[in-house]
Amino acid sequence: MSDAKEMTLEEREATLSGIGTARKRKEDARFIRGQGNYVDDIKLPGMLHGDFVRSQHAHALIKSIDASKALEVPGVLAVITAKDLEPLALHWMPTLAGDVAAVLADKKVHYQNQEIAFVVAVDRYAAADGVQEVVVEYEALPALIDPLTALDDDAPIIRDDVADNDEVGQGKRRHPNHIFEWEVGDAAATDAAFEAAEVTIAEDILYPRCHPSPIETCGCVASMDGVNGKLTVYGTFQAPHVIRTVVSLITGLAESSIRIVSPDIGGGFGNKVGAYPGYICAAAASIVTGHPVKWIESRIDNLSATAFARDYHMVGELAADKDGKITAIRAKVVADHGAFNTHAQPMKWPAGLFNIVTGSYDIPVGHVKVDGVYTNKAPGGVAYRCSFRVTEAAYLIERMIDVLAQKLDIDKAEIRKRNFVQPDQFPYNSCLGWEYDSGDYPTALEQALAAVDYEGLKKEQAEKREAGELMGIGISTFTEIVGAGPTRNCDIVGLGMFDSCEIRVHPTGSAIARLGTKATGQGHETTFAQIIATELGIPSDDIAIEEGDTDTAPYGLGTYGSRSTPVAGAAAARAARKIRDKAKKIAAHVLEVAEDDLEWEVDRFKVPGSDVQMTMKEIAMAAYSNVPDGMEHGLETVDYYDPPNFTYPFGAYICVVDIDRFTGDVAVRKFYALDDCGTRINPMVIDGQVHGGLAEAYGIALGQEIVYDDTGNVLGASLMDYFLPTAVETPEWETDFTVTPSPHHPIGAKGVGESPNVGGVPAFANAIVDAFAHHGVTHMRMPHTQWRVWQTLNELGLNK
Amino acid sequence: MTGISLTINGETVEAEVEPRTLLIHFLRESQNIIGPHIGCETSHCGACTVDLDGKSVKACTIFAVQADGADVLTVEGLAEGAELHPLQQAFTDNHGLQCGYCTPGMLTRAYRLLLENPDPTDEEIRMGIAGNICRCTGYQSIVKAIREAADKINAGEGAD
Ligand code: FES
Ligand code: FES
Repeated sequence: MSDAKEMTLEEREATLSGIGTARKRKEDARFIRGQGNYVDDIKLPGMLHGDFVRSQHAHALIKSIDASKALEVPGVLAVITAKDLEPLALHWMPTLAGDVAAVLADKKVHYQNQEIAFVVAVDRYAAADGVQEVVVEYEALPALIDPLTALDDDAPIIRDDVADNDEVGQGKRRHPNHIFEWEVGDAAATDAAFEAAEVTIAEDILYPRCHPSPIETCGCVASMDGVNGKLTVYGTFQAPHVIRTVVSLITGLAESSIRIVSPDIGGGFGNKVGAYPGYICAAAASIVTGHPVKWIESRIDNLSATAFARDYHMVGELAADKDGKITAIRAKVVADHGAFNTHAQPMKWPAGLFNIVTGSYDIPVGHVKVDGVYTNKAPGGVAYRCSFRVTEAAYLIERMIDVLAQKLDIDKAEIRKRNFVQPDQFPYNSCLGWEYDSGDYPTALEQALAAVDYEGLKKEQAEKREAGELMGIGISTFTEIVGAGPTRNCDIVGLGMFDSCEIRVHPTGSAIARLGTKATGQGHETTFAQIIATELGIPSDDIAIEEGDTDTAPYGLGTYGSRSTPVAGAAAARAARKIRDKAKKIAAHVLEVAEDDLEWEVDRFKVPGSDVQMTMKEIAMAAYSNVPDGMEHGLETVDYYDPPNFTYPFGAYICVVDIDRFTGDVAVRKFYALDDCGTRINPMVIDGQVHGGLAEAYGIALGQEIVYDDTGNVLGASLMDYFLPTAVETPEWETDFTVTPSPHHPIGAKGVGESPNVGGVPAFANAIVDAFAHHGVTHMRMPHTQWRVWQTLNELGLNK
Repeated sequence: MTGISLTINGETVEAEVEPRTLLIHFLRESQNIIGPHIGCETSHCGACTVDLDGKSVKACTIFAVQADGADVLTVEGLAEGAELHPLQQAFTDNHGLQCGYCTPGMLTRAYRLLLENPDPTDEEIRMGIAGNICRCTGYQSIVKAIREAADKINAGEGAD
């Protein structure tokens, strides 16, 4: 019973384009023709447009809002303020972190460009005209910008609404501007290790506030169907199901009366995880006007009001012996969360997974303490291709190990080798509480050093230093923690961080799979089909993948934190296996053999050494026509996967820079990136993820910062000032890999999206500092703009 | 309202526009040409790039009335029926796109670049697309795709 007897095993496997093949992307067909369907492409009959009146002040009381002139503007239909939302209890919204955030400023503004009023008009021009005519009268208050002064006795109190609460969702707090205190590790043992240490180092390390800035901003179209009472919201949602639950909690509408749809999304990088006032206001405006309402954020709004990342003020310390073997780690952090705590960490982890700060190193003891504080800046702390503070942690440890190497005059590759967790130590329990699943750090670093001719580079560097030239070699041997996460310790607003996949195999042997995640450029339509193809023996091309429509997809927590492959990818594999189990029973029934006599072979069940076989395609038809007694018809299932552990991808990156000592220009001569993300599903897509993440890391390390002046004016929230690298500055990338599968993941995959950002930033920073190491420089503040680098040159007199 | 007449992807279009309407909004909102995207509206990102009278133009930078009489080509006009332009083919073959949001502008710019300089070096390609920001790909695969398309066009494979 086979239609493909002539094909060899290899040919049959090739037909599948399964796991491991560089399958061309399925989503490209529409994008290269300009036929994607992004939120701003959506037009509904009678659709209106909304735009915000935003605060000029960082901190001020609102004395009055006068919308009368705006309502006279042709085309303006309504101006919505907090007063209008109050009867609906929509003027404040709960955040994913247990705090509340103003939807529209209620008596007070807390940061510049905060939303004050929502102007609804017939088109975007009329809405913008209306915004101009709304008059807001303020009484300015002193602004709190420096998070290090937030807990001072005389600090201005930012959040009057919660000033008297002894907690704001994440544990006890000790000051009206305090959000949480979080610590992990053994403080006493760590102190003792520092006391006893032969050498210690301490460094003040700031990871500045930056912004993910995907090229498509946030936006939505909300449409309330007054007849059947159903609210549909199309929008830029990386986590559509969570958004539906949040909208339900906020509005009181049943979840069955809410449909959230994420159409194509023009990049996310964390920017599109949160729930923003624009979504709520568009929905409210649609309910009020009975028309669909579109809200599309401008670039300036995006950079100044939605989802910044980092702003981590860290002091790191290492204790070690004279040979550079680290004996303890300590870190104190002040985390600036802006005016509302709207970050999207799992609830029990207010500092995310920052305790991965031991990195790839076997450190016996450690202690970490993080204080979250409010300031008069935009709320968030959400993400930037790394949701859970892993990039901050990797930056800290990878910088500190370099500082230690310099103090002890040990080579920076050598000191890493002396401290690596060794392959035979896995599964490895870190002193700060994680169980690393698998890894082989020494092999990765050796492969990297050989690939770049490290010894040759060191020699060249020594000669350049003799000649007064500046050349830096930066190493980053990072370990990531992704795939959030095990529901026993990961939830968001009480929802366990599982993910899901539903597969239906059609009678003629093609299939559709729906997942709880949502791609923002990663190519899920391509790669998830590859996983299922290998597991089910159905060609990838015959498997449609759908995500992002809460009416059809199974519930999932969405795409961020490199969780799609580790969690939803696992669900896909497991769902496929459930289907295969049923298929085997059907095959045994049709072939009239015992189930145990059948073996799986690429795309069919077969009695080994015989011609008795049945392809998955044939079984699919039988599932609808000829099933064993007592079995239900059909071939479909759903799997909700609760990962037993996180996954721990790692890598070894090496960056070489040449610095012009007169101008401060940093030229990246080489960037080599070795990634180990376990089983590789699509090497082409992995390379693309690594390239893109490295370009982001380059931007962060060399130029990105959202800067505020003392009064809270956001300086440079346009692309004129905020650095998004172009093709001209962006270096060439060399990629490489090792494969250490995750032992607990169904197909051994670990996820790769975040790694290049997490590992890339310290590689660039370390290279630049290394260029100055022989002048006694141990740390320089990011971002390493030409101006800053020049200042260092000037201070050291190297530009003379 | 002002009357304008222009050619978009080979078709003549007559329309009434407000003098302040930007070309990108005219294309997207009233002509349903949604390939060119909006990433900034401040002339920085290049997502809105179209080809206008033989030049690459950021359609958020000019008014629709300025396009009166112009010949406009957008990403929608690159393919000839079912036959992709070599650049479109090369972008998908080389993974030159991820989220796809910058892609229409990038393709339209690359189209003009290869007419200006049919055999560019990688450095010239990078300089040539400096007005188009991509947040996803890290550019390397885009450069490779444009290089490959140039080679194919120069070898006489594919249109243009
Ligand atoms: S939208 Fe025109 S350049 Fe960005
Ligand atoms: S592919 Fe996403 S911005 Fe270029």
